[in-house]
Amino acid sequence: MNQNVIFQLNNVSKQFVKGKESLSIFDGLDLSIQKGDFVAIMGPSGSGKTTLLNLLGGVDQPTSGEIHFDNERIDELSENQLAKWRANNVGFIFQFYNLMPMLNAARNVELPLLLTNLSSAQRQQSVKTALELVGLTDRAKHMPGELSGGQLQRVAIARAVVSDPKLLLCDEPTGDLDRQTADEILEMLQLLNREFEKTIVMVTHDPAAAKYANRTLHLDKGQFVEKELVT
Amino acid sequence: MNDLFLVYKNLTRKKMRLFLTSFAIFIAFLIFGAVSALKGSLDSGIEMSADNRLVVVHKTNFTVSLPYAYVNKVKSIEGVKDVTHANWFGGYYQEPASQIVAMAVEPQTYFDVYNELVIAPEEKQRWLKNQTGMLIGKRMAKVYGWKIGDRVPISSNIFSHKQGGHTWEFVVDGIFDAEEVQTDTGYMIFHYKYFKETQSFGGSNVGWLVLTTDSSSINEKVAKAIDMEFANSQAETETSTEKAFNKAFLEQLGNIGLIIFSVVFMAFFTILIVVGNTMVLAVRERTNEIAVLKTLGFKSIRIFKMILMESLLLAFIGGLIGLAVSYLVIQGVSEQLARFLPNMVLSQSIIIQALVYMLVLGFVTGIVPAMSALRLNIISGFNRG
Repeated sequence: MNQNVIFQLNNVSKQFVKGKESLSIFDGLDLSIQKGDFVAIMGPSGSGKTTLLNLLGGVDQPTSGEIHFDNERIDELSENQLAKWRANNVGFIFQFYNLMPMLNAARNVELPLLLTNLSSAQRQQSVKTALELVGLTDRAKHMPGELSGGQLQRVAIARAVVSDPKLLLCDEPTGDLDRQTADEILEMLQLLNREFEKTIVMVTHDPAAAKYANRTLHLDKGQFVEKELVT
Repeated sequence: MNDLFLVYKNLTRKKMRLFLTSFAIFIAFLIFGAVSALKGSLDSGIEMSADNRLVVVHKTNFTVSLPYAYVNKVKSIEGVKDVTHANWFGGYYQEPASQIVAMAVEPQTYFDVYNELVIAPEEKQRWLKNQTGMLIGKRMAKVYGWKIGDRVPISSNIFSHKQGGHTWEFVVDGIFDAEEVQTDTGYMIFHYKYFKETQSFGGSNVGWLVLTTDSSSINEKVAKAIDMEFANSQAETETSTEKAFNKAFLEQLGNIGLIIFSVVFMAFFTILIVVGNTMVLAVRERTNEIAVLKTLGFKSIRIFKMILMESLLLAFIGGLIGLAVSYLVIQGVSEQLARFLPNMVLSQSIIIQALVYMLVLGFVTGIVPAMSALRLNIISGFNRG
């Protein structure tokens, strides 16, 4: 595998079985993502965008085929190995933020660090840095219910980057936000990609959001149609 | 922040639910502590009975007396070590409602048979010499505030005094205690001879005999020999171990053990349903959050442990408070109830039993939601959430 490639999908198939019916999402999908890339994945509903994101994030396994991440086959890892892999390599950003309602912003950001060997003081320092990065230092003690949609997504981004993963997976990260806030979030993702060299894969319905990516992949009927975008 | 902090935050996120569930557990353990102490009090007579002590009563029932001649006859039976006898006085102090346990006993042999009782030699000697003297147990002395030298009028609701009335006057010659705290000392004893000479009816019968055998292994043989000795006589006997006798006496009130077991079982069964249901709902509400934790990289077994820890914490919060309050209640009422229910205490064994029940309650109520979380697939977790 090319050293510059972070993700390599070879002949990946994914089928869902519901009752007696079998539904094929992908059949022989190939994909290559470079390190430091910012990829937007677009496509109609049911085209398999989220399923692909799940496969890339190691929360789902392909029916067949190979998924390589940084020279490691993640499709062969056990559930526990995948959990460890996700903790070490992936930051997740969701459409509806998925913060823990009973924890304040700082505690939410600290969550992934519970999976590391960092001391409490080191964790606090990392949380502080992450919140500074997203401009929410003054909201550290606020509960999720006290924050706006844009602030919630910033906390989610801080949580995603706090353990310094190589990869950020974003599932409709601006789907619940107004245009202006969405642009702020997308600029932040762009910053993380350009300044901190995070590889970002973002699923979106929004063509305006996709413009922030280096390239957009159109997914339709389990196949990609690649279009280069001017950035 | 650590896993325990997350558990605490999850537990306390709905304060009213936490309060109501803990309150239900609290009530269950309050009941458990109280009824177990009650049962312990009722059983203390059985538990503290000596293994080699037998009780001989009239075959009809223990309220029918036996001829005095039986004492010597029983003494001569092989395997019998010491024999004493007692008569129920039906005593009360001042008011008929204020009943006390008073027995006319054979003073020379009583302490040979009840050798777990402890009394200062000079007090015992004083009593042996004083026919109108009585010995009182330490607990009775405490309840009534009687001291050595006090003259105490004790009345009988059964017997009449030869000189008229129902009241005898006794002098407190000594106060006896017991080797074990659980042994009941809430009664008084006085001379059988004084009783026989001053009562207006009843002849020279004895209420029942108590004897010790050379060894508990020959109890059955000795009991059979005694009953055989008096078979086909006018006063046939029934001999049993003291433990069995006390147990049978207690069971006249009903099957206390079964009643207590039923109450505790119902309380715990209800709590199990309530808490189990609450835990299942609480975790189901958090399906999405569990899926998020798993996505972030938390292993399933770690989440399983956190949920189990949560249910255990819940059981212990309510349980320990319930047990603590039952301790205070028992402490508060044991003095007032001492006359009827001696030795009502929250013993170490009850506390250990309660802790085990808390552990079981926490585990049983937490295992189903914890297993659901363990098995939860991330994608279906997000879909359901």
